[in-house]
Amino acid sequence: MSAQPATRNPQASFQDMILALHDYWSAQGCVILQPYDMRMGAGTFHTATTLRALGPQPWNAAFVQPCRRPTDGRYGENPNRLQHYYQYQVILKPSPPDLQELYLKSLEVIGIDPLKHDIRFVEDDWESPTLGAWGLGWEVWCDGMEVTQFTYFQQMGGFDCKPVAGELTYGLERLAMYIQGVDNVFDLAFNSQGVTYGDVFLENERQMSKWNFEVADTDALFDLFGKAEAECRNCLANDLPIAAYEQAIEASHIFNLLQARGVISVQERASYMGRVRDLARGSCEAHMAKEAPIWAEKYPEWSA
Amino acid sequence: MPDFLLELRCEEIPARMQAGARAELEKLFRRELEAAGVTVGEITVWSTPRRLALIARDLPEATEAVSEEAKGPPEGAPDAAIDGFCRKNGVTREQLELRDVKGRNTWFAVIEKPGRATKDLLAEAIPAIIRDFAWPKSMRWGAPSLSTESLRWVRPLSGIVAILGEELVDCEIDGIASGYATRGHRFHCPGEITIGGVDDYQGKLRACHVIVDHEERAALIREGAATVAADAGLVLVEDEGLVIENAGLTEWPVPLLGRFDEAFLDVPPEVIQLTARVNQKYFVCRKPSPLEGRGLGEGAVLANAFICTANIDAEDPAVVVDGNRKVLAARLSDARFFWEQDQKTPLAEHAKKLERITFHEKLGTVADKVERVAKLARWLCEEGIVKADPDLAEQAARLCKADLVTEMVGEFPELQGLMGGYYARAEGLPDAVADAIRDHYKPVGQGDEVPTAPVTVAVSLADKLDTLSAFFGIEEKPTGSKDPFALRRAVLAIVALISKNSLRASLATIFAKQPVFAPDTDAFAIFERIYGETFTRRLEPDTAEKQGRAVLEGIVNDVIGFVIDRLKVQQREAGVRHDLIDAVFALGGEDDLVRLLARVNALQAFVTTEDGANLLAGYKRAANILKKEDWHGSRGEIRSTGDEDPLEDVDDPQMREIYAEQLSPLSYTLEDAEKALIDALDAAEPKAVTAIEAEDFAAAMSALASLRAPIDRFFEEVIVNAEEKHVRAARLDLLARLRGAVHQVADFSRIEG
Repeated sequence: MSAQPATRNPQASFQDMILALHDYWSAQGCVILQPYDMRMGAGTFHTATTLRALGPQPWNAAFVQPCRRPTDGRYGENPNRLQHYYQYQVILKPSPPDLQELYLKSLEVIGIDPLKHDIRFVEDDWESPTLGAWGLGWEVWCDGMEVTQFTYFQQMGGFDCKPVAGELTYGLERLAMYIQGVDNVFDLAFNSQGVTYGDVFLENERQMSKWNFEVADTDALFDLFGKAEAECRNCLANDLPIAAYEQAIEASHIFNLLQARGVISVQERASYMGRVRDLARGSCEAHMAKEAPIWAEKYPEWSA
Repeated sequence: MPDFLLELRCEEIPARMQAGARAELEKLFRRELEAAGVTVGEITVWSTPRRLALIARDLPEATEAVSEEAKGPPEGAPDAAIDGFCRKNGVTREQLELRDVKGRNTWFAVIEKPGRATKDLLAEAIPAIIRDFAWPKSMRWGAPSLSTESLRWVRPLSGIVAILGEELVDCEIDGIASGYATRGHRFHCPGEITIGGVDDYQGKLRACHVIVDHEERAALIREGAATVAADAGLVLVEDEGLVIENAGLTEWPVPLLGRFDEAFLDVPPEVIQLTARVNQKYFVCRKPSPLEGRGLGEGAVLANAFICTANIDAEDPAVVVDGNRKVLAARLSDARFFWEQDQKTPLAEHAKKLERITFHEKLGTVADKVERVAKLARWLCEEGIVKADPDLAEQAARLCKADLVTEMVGEFPELQGLMGGYYARAEGLPDAVADAIRDHYKPVGQGDEVPTAPVTVAVSLADKLDTLSAFFGIEEKPTGSKDPFALRRAVLAIVALISKNSLRASLATIFAKQPVFAPDTDAFAIFERIYGETFTRRLEPDTAEKQGRAVLEGIVNDVIGFVIDRLKVQQREAGVRHDLIDAVFALGGEDDLVRLLARVNALQAFVTTEDGANLLAGYKRAANILKKEDWHGSRGEIRSTGDEDPLEDVDDPQMREIYAEQLSPLSYTLEDAEKALIDALDAAEPKAVTAIEAEDFAAAMSALASLRAPIDRFFEEVIVNAEEKHVRAARLDLLARLRGAVHQVADFSRIEG
């Protein structure tokens, strides 16, 4: 790829790997976004994915999204598990006919040669009841390791995706560990000047694991959940679906924290998930209702 | 006669769907061509992850011309009807013919269908096949998906090759046009390859690193995996499911053997195998052992090796193997983490968390169920139904579901029971308890091993009895093909446990004793809601309790009826003659399954013997006459006089004489043959009774079979319908006595032949 400056070394630097992906997807016509500035469990929650997956207008974007999974925390003691990690998301709408080839080239850009490594597309359908979303696709294996989730979105917020978007979610730490040949995530070279992933994040993992599991004030969390829920409804009442959606993301993360604190019983769990789902879907529905007339006007062949 | 090649290329088809897709392609192809009048002979269908291929040999060049007739409206029908008929059949009004149909002039359209070129028919059939193709899950994609009407396929469809002989079959669907070009292996040969036809298809693909025949790939994997294992001095643990799955994941399969850290072998072998298999699709190997077997059964020792199936001829296979090793190592350290973590908490502590798991919304939590199973298991032992230590049975029952909340079973639900067994042993619990926890789900289906260890039997039986009773209690009975709680399977397991272990008890007693029906259970409160307040003593104590008991009895009878029905079905399926089953079950009142089955088995064996034929023949002679005479015994005859209580007036001096006459068969001189039969019956009856008491039904039937000759002689020499009423009555009673004796074994009147 000519778009890649010679100084980048994606095989020996975590940040260069990210920059190489940015260069590549930028060259494919994607807008390169910065992370969403909220705590969320997956890049799919980014409005650039969820809300943009709805409606007829083309949309190509790539971005890194920090993900927080409180229950996956291991106090920095597990070489593979983190409560905070990065996903690289690419969303291409409509899905281009050569999406698989585009994706495979992106692997080559970061140093994975498909004749040296065994790349496989293994069935893995994606479903997020919280978002009222599902899609078909694969997990992409590199020598048996899942490095990317590859999904053709079929529904979002309970609506058919028209047209269908292709979504790629790279697990950046895993990929980098593989490419750099490192067995412990904290040993990853973050840059080429000797800074490791551990230098950047190890203490963060220790403290945040402790906070997630042991310290976070659960009364305050329950309170926050209720407030996010109320604020979401307030936004919906004022026809502000994007603001409402942010509160749904907030509620979802607070729920994950409550889970990590172990204060939600099995029975309550289903009920909380239902509440988050209602917020997320309500926001998507409001977004659709607000935008549909504009989309229908611009794209006569489209209908909600 | 040209051969036809169809290849439908798409992005990776899930491995599990490929077999179904091959069948679907063949079915639709035959349907379309046969509907067009083309006779289809031999068809071959192949699949890879990226293509479905169909080869049809020797298709005709064209179909025969046919003439079809369609009957239309009668003469004089409204113009609209006639015009509509013409449109439907594609003819003009002038082309219609009038014909006489039952005296009425009726319009007919004669449609001459000329023969059509097969190529043209195929060009129409291919888009129809693609549109109608039924995938378990299908999707839309790309720019056309702006409309929900766009084409659906399992994953995006990318190309069609359709060649008849050497000619292209021109067709197009949603912008995808047929052509001669396909693609080879995604990485080894990414460019286009031109196919000439059926003959060069497989060879050209092979040259481009694609083995298109799925069975050939499966064989390569099967043999290749065994070979790499043998090369490493190990034995492959065979797994045909994995062979097929890997064949569905590769176009160019290359089995490669790798090693994992020996330290992981501390983790139970089943866990390692499952981790490798489910998450990574790897085979495992075992050390060679003199106890030859194919699986990972008794005596097999797992080796620290795995076999992955790559989809490339890697430049350096060691790189691929090493990558896979790392992934497996991460998985195995998770498994080991679970294994160690779970053991930090005793099973009894884990069991407490079952309070948080709902068993069924109407039946409370798993902890509630465990409580009931524990009580029932103890009771089964205390009653002596299962000869096990009640304390051990209760202990095992209380722990049997605890592994459901462990990390390991959370990760691998199929390890339920097995993990509980491991954890129990690691905790130092008695072997009988650990075994019971491990095996209490058994038998899971027909052919599964039936537990015989007493403690296991008690827990397994209690678990299934409770499930069955509880769901019947909330009126969740199986209907038709619906059996969401697998109650039929539970019954078969109950029957298997009872008969394999000869557990003696009356079903009525067992089911009436179900803790689920006891007033102190949560489930009982549910029954109250379902059946109303009458279920308890809440309202007027006396009547409510009586009604509550009646409801319970109703449920218990339903359960028993269900068990008996399933047992009949099971016996029929096991090849027992249905009339023999009926003969035993018609006796009624028998709810001891062991005795019931012993009778059925004895009868099945007995009827085909000479004694059996003798007994049946003698019985039938006697029974036929009784039936003909409508004889219900002397007492029955008295009853038919209309007295409400036949013995009420026995002491009536006026009646005494009459009764005496009727009830005393010896008041006349017996004929020799009659005497012989009575003597024979006197001799045989006690033998039969003793044998029945000993539950030796074969011996009982043998004893009765000895009556054949006296019966025959009796019928030859004695007139049953004697003129004197009391003589006739005595003789009929004698025959009734014979029938009654036989009925102690089975209702022979139900037996055919």
